[in-house]
Amino acid sequence: MKKIMVGNHAVSWGVMLSRAEVISAYPITPQTTIVEELSVLCADGRLKAKFIPVESEHSAMACCVGAAAAGVRTFTATSGQGLALMHEMLHWASGARLPIVMATVNRALGSPWNIWGEQTDSLSQRDTGWLQLYCESNQEVLDTVIQAFKIAEEISLPVMLNLDAFFLSHTAEPVEIPEQSLVDDFLPPYQPEFRLDPKNPHSFGCMTPPEYYMEFRYKIQQSMLQGKAVAQQVDDAFGRVFGRKYGLIEPYRCEGADLILITSGAIASTARVVVDNLREKGRKVGMVKVRLFRPFPKDELLEILRQVEKVAVVDRNVSFGVGGIFAHEMRAALCNEKVRPAIFSYIAGLGGRDVTPPVLNDVIYQTYKRQEPEAQSVWVGMRS
Amino acid sequence: MIEIRIHGRGGQGAVIASEVLASAFFQEGKFVQAFPAFGVERRGAPVTAFTRVDDQPIRIRNFIYEPDHIIVLDPTLIESTQVDSGLKENGWIIINTDRPPKNFPHFSRFRVATVDANRIAVEYKLGSPTAPIVNTAILGAFSRITGMVSMDSVIEAMKEFVPSNKAGNAAAIKEAYERAKA
Repeated sequence: MKKIMVGNHAVSWGVMLSRAEVISAYPITPQTTIVEELSVLCADGRLKAKFIPVESEHSAMACCVGAAAAGVRTFTATSGQGLALMHEMLHWASGARLPIVMATVNRALGSPWNIWGEQTDSLSQRDTGWLQLYCESNQEVLDTVIQAFKIAEEISLPVMLNLDAFFLSHTAEPVEIPEQSLVDDFLPPYQPEFRLDPKNPHSFGCMTPPEYYMEFRYKIQQSMLQGKAVAQQVDDAFGRVFGRKYGLIEPYRCEGADLILITSGAIASTARVVVDNLREKGRKVGMVKVRLFRPFPKDELLEILRQVEKVAVVDRNVSFGVGGIFAHEMRAALCNEKVRPAIFSYIAGLGGRDVTPPVLNDVIYQTYKRQEPEAQSVWVGMRS
Repeated sequence: MIEIRIHGRGGQGAVIASEVLASAFFQEGKFVQAFPAFGVERRGAPVTAFTRVDDQPIRIRNFIYEPDHIIVLDPTLIESTQVDSGLKENGWIIINTDRPPKNFPHFSRFRVATVDANRIAVEYKLGSPTAPIVNTAILGAFSRITGMVSMDSVIEAMKEFVPSNKAGNAAAIKEAYERAKA
């Protein structure tokens, strides 16, 4: 069955199909309609979950930590400032090895106040031990929620899926709703090895001295690296059951390309149109969408990019003092390769500014024109 | 691809109109996309929403700057905003007003159609007499004037998105369909 659905409701329906058992959240634009719809689904019985409204995002994540430790499937959603407030608990969730799934509707951070799209909120959580996936369409959003629970429970780490504020969250388009019975087979009930149980008491997360702490960290790093293979297996298995798969990265028309555009989220969708138009004019331009950001899919990217001379990375985010964050990661991933493309870094679309085909054409034009990348990220689509 | 821009005021249902319209086209086998120009919406403030329709999946995800057609839910917006901005020549401007199309001579580069959706909405008790919800009625007029999507599809789509008084909304769509003037 296909329904016309906004991205936020695609999240909610993915959570319903995944049979989450505890949802705790605090409303914040543009995420609010995710949990609004979930509260409706809980209230009318379509989703048999405990919905716990709380007084802040910090408490929402604390609630998820408690519930997940008790051994149930948990979900929350937030945006921008809400995610920032949650930061402390994000570390706790991954440290305690809890497979919580969270949807982040990417929103710019204040000051100045802004409710529109930008990925700096989630990318500034990149060191918290959460896997991060970035989605391009409402269908991918719904499917990724189901995949996220499966990945998280497989490697005992939390997963954050990200969607662009408004350009996905509030955009309605057709979404295929998977059969519940197929989702049930794909994602059986969560059965953790350890859980809080008064009949079988254990301590979790207690004081761990220097003699032990480091090994806990090492195990998280190992699991995170393993997360890449698991995410790939889960996506492959999902494809076999539901007929749709997305990859960790997705190359688009990269055959014989001399320039490859790299981007993520809703911009990747518009970039396909730009690549199609340029290919029609005989330009050898391709695009790679980065879907998995943590762990960073270095080898997969390298395989595509090795052949090409120039790579233009479009970032809807900024790390002040460095520049575009995807570009920064790309450079770090490629630095030990003998043959590697030049990485051209562009910043676009901050605070919800529209990233149009002319903006992306400008990025491609500038990249062709320049011999060498500028020392700093180039900001495009600026007011003149 | 057909791109439609809807101008309304907070409370008139412009965003839902964009979704109902998308859903109506979807029922006729088209690929669709509907979204609002996201602002800090509040009752009475200008609101813009968009619908895209195509025969293939829609990949573009940015605002519509050069629409094929325009729907205006509140005629007072014509005085305060340039509703025809970027509109393609010969595009339709479908206006909720009790005035006839010839009363809008400044839109001579385009095709103008009108329907008194306020009166129709009030008659079928959609919203209140002071703040009628005109979004469904105007889509009846859109169906009639452009012939791009059937009235039955609009009515079916409405049922998905409108929570109450579906009979009243269906009747309003039908009446606006019959009374739209070009």
